[in-house]
Amino acid sequence: MANSPAGRPPPGAIDCDIHPAVPYTRALLPYLDDYWREHILRRGLERENLEPSSYPANAAINGRPDWHLPSGPPGSSLAAMQTHLLDRLQPKHAICNVIHGAQVMLSEDLSAALCRAINNWIRAEWLDRDPRLRASIVVPPHSADLAVEEIERLAPDHRFVQVLLLSMAELPLGRRQNWPIYKAAAAHGLPIGIHAGSSFRHPPSAGGWPSYYLEDYVSQSQGFQASVNSLVSEGVFVKFPDLKVVLIESGVTWLPASLWRLDKTWRGVRAEVPWLEEQPTETVRRHVRLTLQPFDAPPSEPQLRTLLEQLGSDRMLLFSSDYPHWHYDGDDALPSGLSTELIQRICVENPLETYSRLKETPQ
Amino acid sequence: MTRHVVASVADIPPGGRKIVTVKGREIGIFRIGDDFHGLINRCPHQGAPLCLGEIVSRLVAPSPGDYRLTRPGEMIRCPWHCWEFDIRTGQSLCDPHSVQARAFDVAVEDGKTLVEGPFVAESVQVTVEEAYVVVTL
Repeated sequence: MANSPAGRPPPGAIDCDIHPAVPYTRALLPYLDDYWREHILRRGLERENLEPSSYPANAAINGRPDWHLPSGPPGSSLAAMQTHLLDRLQPKHAICNVIHGAQVMLSEDLSAALCRAINNWIRAEWLDRDPRLRASIVVPPHSADLAVEEIERLAPDHRFVQVLLLSMAELPLGRRQNWPIYKAAAAHGLPIGIHAGSSFRHPPSAGGWPSYYLEDYVSQSQGFQASVNSLVSEGVFVKFPDLKVVLIESGVTWLPASLWRLDKTWRGVRAEVPWLEEQPTETVRRHVRLTLQPFDAPPSEPQLRTLLEQLGSDRMLLFSSDYPHWHYDGDDALPSGLSTELIQRICVENPLETYSRLKETPQ
Repeated sequence: MTRHVVASVADIPPGGRKIVTVKGREIGIFRIGDDFHGLINRCPHQGAPLCLGEIVSRLVAPSPGDYRLTRPGEMIRCPWHCWEFDIRTGQSLCDPHSVQARAFDVAVEDGKTLVEGPFVAESVQVTVEEAYVVVTL
């Protein structure tokens, strides 16, 4: 079977990770309730951009050169995004994942207020204006109670297809304090999206604070490994057997080696976690999905084939462009070296199996 | 197949074990209540002396935090890498269908039946008054 060169996704593709950006904090003021609008104005927070420091919008790597905008951060214009992405690649749907300082704030209440505003904003200014778009529910991750309130508020709108968390929070993601979030998500058929990023309560590297973005970005895979290990070990998938987790911008190549080690170690310490009756790899293959871009593919096609074999499942990868970040040129959003069958699975079938709400026609 | 008398019943108290050698093979004889079981003294993983490991229970949890101790004293934990095996069957817990320690048929027979023969008893004195642990191999 010949493998495809880099290219466009097939018809019906679903782009599982695009990043609309809040253009400036003032844009959220109409979407805040009265109390929190005044709170933000009194503190002068509307003059701050509240962008997480991991991905400064104007850093060259965080926006493809031909996708830069005359004003505002890349990804902040729906019209530009339609021109750059939706009208060119013509995905059936694209899932909006907003990454914003609201998700990492220390104040749980301010975090919740801004997350509500972001969700209202994405619904009014993006979802209502382009029927191809879907979105993740942004929640205050450090308050399970408030996160659940927000999930319950928005779950009836089936254009919201996922709940978004960051991989490195105050606690490992599998801890029971987070379970109300998973319970609510599972009850509504919403996967948990875990995006690269940290709330910086801890160093993003297990060894301490890095000096450079290079270290920070590469260390993200440690955060994802810790998240997967925690979710599996704490028994989240035993407790919530219908829950799916999507690792977003995690890269892929670290996963097989991490799972080999997880399986091997589980054999000797299984009695610590008696709820894990099966090899962790089996659990992960059933419950965990990964978005494609940025794809950390090995240098040659034979090596890529080996990696895909090691992954051991064609159900795990989900197509993503990661718009407006720069991972490909032209319209060649798919990396080279994938078989036609796998491309179809990655672009169409896997997203539909993961996000059951995408099979519906929302009212 | 030959019957090998490897111990008298009184040699192995409930919960106890004895390592014996039959036809050059080391076999662990375990007593669970009044049942006797035999396992090869060689872990299928990397050859450790499996039967010298700790005798443990099977810890289970139908759901996280719902802890249950089951089958007390019916598992053996390999002394090297801590893989757990079912003493009754030799099946591993981690991979019961492909990782198995060889299990041997072990029976208890009265001395008065045994003396009618044939049997092999290299290190056990057989008398009609006692009961014996017999491995058929």
